[in-house]
Amino acid sequence: MTPGHIFHPGHAELHGITVVVETHGPMTYVGRYDREDEVGVHMLDVGVHEGSADMPKEEYLRRSAKFGVRSDHKHLVVPSRQVARITRLGQLA
Amino acid sequence: MPYNPALVAPMRAEVTRLGAKELTSAAEVDAALGDQRGTMLVFVNSVCGCAAGNARPALALALQHSVLPQQVVTVFAGQDLDAVARARQYFADYQPSSPSMALLRDGEIVHFVHRHQIEGRSPQSIAANLTAAFDKYCGATV
Repeated sequence: MTPGHIFHPGHAELHGITVVVETHGPMTYVGRYDREDEVGVHMLDVGVHEGSADMPKEEYLRRSAKFGVRSDHKHLVVPSRQVARITRLGQLA
Repeated sequence: MPYNPALVAPMRAEVTRLGAKELTSAAEVDAALGDQRGTMLVFVNSVCGCAAGNARPALALALQHSVLPQQVVTVFAGQDLDAVARARQYFADYQPSSPSMALLRDGEIVHFVHRHQIEGRSPQSIAANLTAAFDKYCGATV
């Protein structure tokens, strides 16, 4: 696959890719990017993490990269206004 | 619900023609992975075009390497449901992921390639990940 290749015509470049959605708050979401619409970013098989001293975000992401994503939600929508950054989990692996 | 068998047949063949033994039932998985000795690669096949479309060619490239696991087996996610569920019991520390690849040595997972490590990467890059693990874990022991 060449960089920027879109496998599914008509879908966003990240469609089907496992991403980390960081927010402006304590919540971080990891799962497969499906699409973004007026409601927000739609994700599938999503792990949810709320930052804490016991499990900092960096450790949660390290574990997700090594052991995979524990799915807490089959489908979840993160409101666009909450999204601070979207990156590929594979970049951490 | 499993996919149409006719749809996945070429995807199965793409792996089995490499010499991978296909495991289609829980009993077959137990026979292969229970009390597993030596080195074995488990390839979790998948219909997903974004990732599996590169994983299968990557496996083909990796299996041309000079150092290889003693056995290669495959299960098909979304198709052979019982076999995949049982295989994942052997991957207890790792979250379900397909496609994915697990390298076992004497029953222990020594290397795991998740779907997120496959997505968007070239077959050559994925194969390099695998062959590095083959070199590390499947070479002759002194």
